[in-house]
Amino acid sequence: MTPDSALDAEEAHELLRTMWRIRLFEERVGQLKRNLQVHGLIHLSIGGEGVAAAVCGQLRDDDAVYSGHRAHGHAIAKGAPINGVMAELMGRDSGLCHGVGGSMHLVDTGHGFMGATGVVGGNLPLALGTALTQHLKGTDQVTVAFFGDGAVQAGHFSESINLAALWELPLIFVCENNGMAEFTSREEHSTIERVSDVVAPYGFERTTVNGSDVPAVYDAFSRFLTEARKGKGPYLLECVTYRRRGHYEGDPEKYRDPVAEQEWAERDPLARMTERAIKQGWIDEATVNAIEREAAAEIEAAVAGARESPFPDPEIARSLVYA
Amino acid sequence: MPETTFVEAIAKTLATAMRADDRVIVLGEDVAEGGPYLATAGLADEFGRERVRNTPISEGAVCGVAIGAAQSGLRPVVEIMFIDFITLALDQLVNQAAKAHFMSGGQLSVPLVLRTQGGAGQRNGAQHSQSLEAWLTHVPGLKVVMPSCAADAAGLLQSAIDDPNPVVFVECKALYFRRETVPEPPEPVPIGRAKTLRPGKNLTIVALSRMVGEALEAADRLASKHGIEAEVIDPRTLVPLDLDTLAQSVKRTGRAIVAHEAVNAGGFGAELAAQLQAAAFDYLEAPIQRVGAPYTPVPVSPPLEDAYRPGAQEIEAAARVALDWGEYDAEPWEHGAIAAPQTTP
Repeated sequence: MTPDSALDAEEAHELLRTMWRIRLFEERVGQLKRNLQVHGLIHLSIGGEGVAAAVCGQLRDDDAVYSGHRAHGHAIAKGAPINGVMAELMGRDSGLCHGVGGSMHLVDTGHGFMGATGVVGGNLPLALGTALTQHLKGTDQVTVAFFGDGAVQAGHFSESINLAALWELPLIFVCENNGMAEFTSREEHSTIERVSDVVAPYGFERTTVNGSDVPAVYDAFSRFLTEARKGKGPYLLECVTYRRRGHYEGDPEKYRDPVAEQEWAERDPLARMTERAIKQGWIDEATVNAIEREAAAEIEAAVAGARESPFPDPEIARSLVYA
Repeated sequence: MPETTFVEAIAKTLATAMRADDRVIVLGEDVAEGGPYLATAGLADEFGRERVRNTPISEGAVCGVAIGAAQSGLRPVVEIMFIDFITLALDQLVNQAAKAHFMSGGQLSVPLVLRTQGGAGQRNGAQHSQSLEAWLTHVPGLKVVMPSCAADAAGLLQSAIDDPNPVVFVECKALYFRRETVPEPPEPVPIGRAKTLRPGKNLTIVALSRMVGEALEAADRLASKHGIEAEVIDPRTLVPLDLDTLAQSVKRTGRAIVAHEAVNAGGFGAELAAQLQAAAFDYLEAPIQRVGAPYTPVPVSPPLEDAYRPGAQEIEAAARVALDWGEYDAEPWEHGAIAAPQTTP
């Protein structure tokens, strides 16, 4: 437990609310996938809710976020409406992208969620482009690029880190290092355990925190954000997280042993944050329960709303090829 | 009209666009130094190295930076020095730029111009001489432009910068330094409109980029030697394609040749031939003939590269086949009129 977190009761409340909304959303999507009501490859972020909430919760709508294939939590934390995200996964016209994008291609420009990307590492150069725009316009906006440890071995990562450092862009790289790249553990992909060590020679500020310790993520990101608002950068925040689910829903997960419930309880960011918040007196149990109930109701309403939404008109596919 | 060159027309158009619109930036390897062909010469002096950004040799990330900047409000013109290197940027171009508008349900748009150049003839070898434009035409969401002269390059580049979509602007290194005239100011050339360079009633030659000049030369020879009037059309834009102009011509002439420097197999000529036969089948007097490079990488050795590059002679031979079709009692290549069709392995 970090005794001196900058968090206050209001922020802790908001973090818990976001984390519950993501947790219950992801669990509901898992069920819907088994019933074939959401479509395509579905990558759930259970275990990573704290990073999404602590990072996106400090950003403004006019700050940009780019994500990868495990993006639902980032989109929701950045402000994308849950009914729009759910309808998008269900392929409905009321989805954020009219159902043509899907789980790996969520976009909500109104909330600065510039996009999820299905190709690992492919989002990093795009984030640089948005940060370059902010730099040239001289605004105090920042860009955040989420990626996993699996993206670090992709060529785009090295190219992007070099460029961001060279151009000193107001960009915060946020790595969720869950130790797994698809089906394979990190030690089979790289000799470097810590992603913050990979970027060490570039000389910009970087740190590694326990991604299950939400106040620690919050504080570390807050420090980088304050600097990036002044136009400085880049920064890299590595959050060591635990991927509770398989790489995708339906992944047989033959590659790993079932996790002991005790271990999960220790690494579950939501359980830890709840315990911490109650202990600190930031929130009481009844309020946490109310947050959970409200989130559950919101998600059920989103599912019901999506079911009522028609599938998109087939003509929309042709109309969207060119602007 | 002032005399200039293709590359000067490019540099001048970029400067005009940058003067008119703060959102226009130029980035790529060595662009602030003018680049190896001087297509960006002088820009850094006038606009500074923030807007004219030299980049590391990182084609993938640099293309992605341009896409990210485009969907965030800038109008980037990114240069990939040789089209051969576009292989390194294809993830960003194909998976991101081409699909951003679509996948976001119309929320994002990518007003990006990717300038690059291709073509053989300078003994640069197999990795600096290719004509890869057909790959890009295969990806919905990209526009592909291929000007054959300086005036069109100027007019089309301005249109590409103004376009809200990603436009791949494919130049030809062999055309860069010819003396040409360009009106001042350059005439706008809309994307998606073909140009008929020479009217004719006996056959239609549809040629791309450098082959437009070769087609005009072949047409002159056909006229002077045989009294054949060939119509020469430059589509100028591959995507979107002005099929109507091409099909109207073929319906009048009944015979068509499609000519490009790219390898025939899977080349854009195949698409042109397929679309033209569908649009004008009942009017055709002969199979549409394709002129392109043989199915090999580009060799360095001068006589080999010269033999590799298709030109006026190959167009003329193909024209003879199209014109004489039906007068043979055997396949035309058995008469030595053209090389036998190559099968691809």
